[in-house]
Amino acid sequence: MAEMNAAAVAARGISKAYGDRQVLSGVDLDLREGTITAVLGPSGCGKTTLLRILAGFENPDAGTVRIAGETVAGGSTTVPVHRRRVGLMPQEGALFPHLSVGENVAFGMGRATRREARARIAHWLAVVGLDGLADSRPHEISGGQQQRVALARALAAQPRVLLLDEPFAALDAGLRVRVREDIAAILRDAGTTALLVTHDQSEALSLPDSVALLIDGTIAQHGTPADLYARPASLDNARFIGATVELEGIASSGLVHTALGTLRARLPVVDGEAVVVLRPEQLRFGAGPCASTARVTACRFYGAETVVDVELSDGGAVQLRSPGETSLVEGSAVTVEVVGGDETGVLAYPSPTGRQRVALGEARG
Amino acid sequence: MTGRRRPPALLLIAAAAVATGTLIPLGYLAGRALERGWPFVVAELLQPRTAALVGRSLLLVVVVTAACVVLGVGLAVLVSRTDVTARRALAVALTLPLAMPSYLLAYLWVSAYPSVAGFWGACLVLTLVSYPLVLLTTLAALARVDPAQEEVARSLGLGGIAVLFRVTLRQARAAIAAGALLVGLYVLSDFGAVAAMRFEAFTWVIYGAYRSGFNPARAAVLSLVLMVFAVALVIAESRARGLAASSRIGGGSPRPAPLNRLGRWNGVALLVPAAVLVAAVVVPGVALTDWLLTAGPRWNAAEWLGALGSTVWLSAAAALTSTAAALPLGVLAARYRDRGTRTLEAASYVAHGLPPIVIAISMVSLGVLLLRPIYQREPLLILAYTVLFVPLAIGSVRAAVEAAPIRLEEVARSVGRPPLQAFGTVTARVAMPGIAAGAALVLLSCMKELPVTLLLHPNGTDTLATRLWGYSSVSDYAAAAPYAAALLVFAAVPTAVLGMWSTGSGGVRGG
Repeated sequence: MAEMNAAAVAARGISKAYGDRQVLSGVDLDLREGTITAVLGPSGCGKTTLLRILAGFENPDAGTVRIAGETVAGGSTTVPVHRRRVGLMPQEGALFPHLSVGENVAFGMGRATRREARARIAHWLAVVGLDGLADSRPHEISGGQQQRVALARALAAQPRVLLLDEPFAALDAGLRVRVREDIAAILRDAGTTALLVTHDQSEALSLPDSVALLIDGTIAQHGTPADLYARPASLDNARFIGATVELEGIASSGLVHTALGTLRARLPVVDGEAVVVLRPEQLRFGAGPCASTARVTACRFYGAETVVDVELSDGGAVQLRSPGETSLVEGSAVTVEVVGGDETGVLAYPSPTGRQRVALGEARG
Repeated sequence: MTGRRRPPALLLIAAAAVATGTLIPLGYLAGRALERGWPFVVAELLQPRTAALVGRSLLLVVVVTAACVVLGVGLAVLVSRTDVTARRALAVALTLPLAMPSYLLAYLWVSAYPSVAGFWGACLVLTLVSYPLVLLTTLAALARVDPAQEEVARSLGLGGIAVLFRVTLRQARAAIAAGALLVGLYVLSDFGAVAAMRFEAFTWVIYGAYRSGFNPARAAVLSLVLMVFAVALVIAESRARGLAASSRIGGGSPRPAPLNRLGRWNGVALLVPAAVLVAAVVVPGVALTDWLLTAGPRWNAAEWLGALGSTVWLSAAAALTSTAAALPLGVLAARYRDRGTRTLEAASYVAHGLPPIVIAISMVSLGVLLLRPIYQREPLLILAYTVLFVPLAIGSVRAAVEAAPIRLEEVARSVGRPPLQAFGTVTARVAMPGIAAGAALVLLSCMKELPVTLLLHPNGTDTLATRLWGYSSVSDYAAAAPYAAALLVFAAVPTAVLGMWSTGSGGVRGG
């Protein structure tokens, strides 16, 4: 019950279809007061549709949306966008080109005297680190600054929840990291409840307090970024969050036998054919007691690291990352070991190919 | 590397010759005005009746422009930002009146309701034929507004109407201004509607001064005054259009803008476009049916066929010469953007804004002073059409050539075709449909053209427009009926179809 009260936004059973294409099928999502939640998913998974339903630009076919306890969609009445007090920060900022920066920020503020308004504009511009730009025109400032003005404009209206729709996608790579870190810091300082929609893994892992993974129209998993990275509930989830190195193996009573030795499964896994998912940092060249022999098949130099493709003794292929340059060449014999194979364990899931074989057999029968 | 910086000298010379050629008649106009010396010009300008004439014309411009802005913007918002019934069909239907010759619409109205003649009748007809100019520019601007801005404004607590006035229309402001100035120019230039409504605006008074035969110099002086107003409007319009094109940041998405739900207001909202379509289509349609029914037994087929034949061949000849004359400047403007070509293009754009009656009086002056042998004969009329419509053809050629990728031409040259051949075998082929459509538009515009035809049509030859004019101005609507029907079927309807096909160039001129 306590958790229900802490939810600033609660979506229950949200479904939406366009024609015969089901985009969302029964999404449940809670945003806790004062936290940043990311919705991460592949392109076309329905994350923008979910955001537009929360904002009120679309109505769900089924399900309810409650903001601060008030039902805004799916009840007897639908609350229109302009009465929901949800802030919106779209991809390209969408500043009003006919207004100055200050007028943009003031756009959603309530009535105020001219002096009050000026003070509040100055306050919010200071919050986003753009003091003194109130009289500039939107086209005179950079893309990163436009995003900050869009943020100040949204915050100045004191929304109950702020919705960010891939707000950093339009920025170039160098600027993106800095702007998004700044904006996350501003949101935390302001104590704003925020929902960030993104398809960028590093964004979804580094910024929010929690991540909801949206795959095929449902929330596949919702937890802290570290939890999602360390304990993905399925092979698909593991593949979508972070890089993976996959090995085939046989699971039996919590242990998985692979070409890299016997490894402990971190999560319960049914006995039989299994796929072991390693994170790149779990694999290294080494000569420990559990190390296995392998042969280098290719090396690619990326500056800070070199990616080495190796073939294991059973013919399986994995990738390793080695800092800086390496003296290895194609054909070199190496030994490879798994870091923390017994203490923290590794991720293992029932092999999808194994299941597929059964399915094919059934189809033939 | 590609050699596209410096335009070929031959092309430049040809383009300059055409641009200068279209401005030569204006020199003769000035010459005619000064025939009786400066004191006469000054005396004419300072006459009270001249001031009254300027006042009447400007009042007409202001009233019609205001009505067109209200109607054009309102209808644009209705079809692009609300869920009104049949919004797409409405958007198409509401642009159709643009293709209607103003004198035809005016005579149809006058025949049905004779009391409408005068100032308010002129306002009504001019509003009906020119509000689509505002509608089209506003629709284009609204389509360019980033829908994310409207969404943000809603999320910041604004309702539908507040979003419309504080965000959406604010960004269409320059485009609306450009559309309004186009309407102003149209109203100032229009001859047919004010003539049919017998409202003494500039064009009608100029025509009267010329026709009465006593005072050709007064006609020339008034033409110069009208030209000054027109040029001012042209310059203001091109500024506004420049602003409209530049006032935009961000890429925006192709997502459609959010629609306002009309709910139970849908029926009320539909009354406005319904009223417009009744006034522009139903009333004239009923009147024309009435004309045709009384005309039945008196239809002179030989005279009708003769007029149709000469209309078509004169217009076709004018379309060919206009398009040929437009090619050099159109290609230059599309392919070589430098100061020289921009100046030439601007000159042609100013010529585009000149009222047809001014060009008609100029060509008459030119004919009387220089081209006596062809005065009142076919070549001078074709030349006059060319001067009038070459700017329209330049626009089509330019757009068509711009749409043909320069890369294709470069590839053709890289495999060994010389520049001219590369242009002919690649760009000209790709651009041909657009250029042909432009020529067709000129042809149709010539068929509907009234004042130039009226002043310069060869002795003994009549066109559809002059026949319609001749019979209607003496209220013999039964005799005029077959010509009205022919103009509608052979000129107005094809213009509307062509406009829909080429997404409505705003270059359709009235008579």
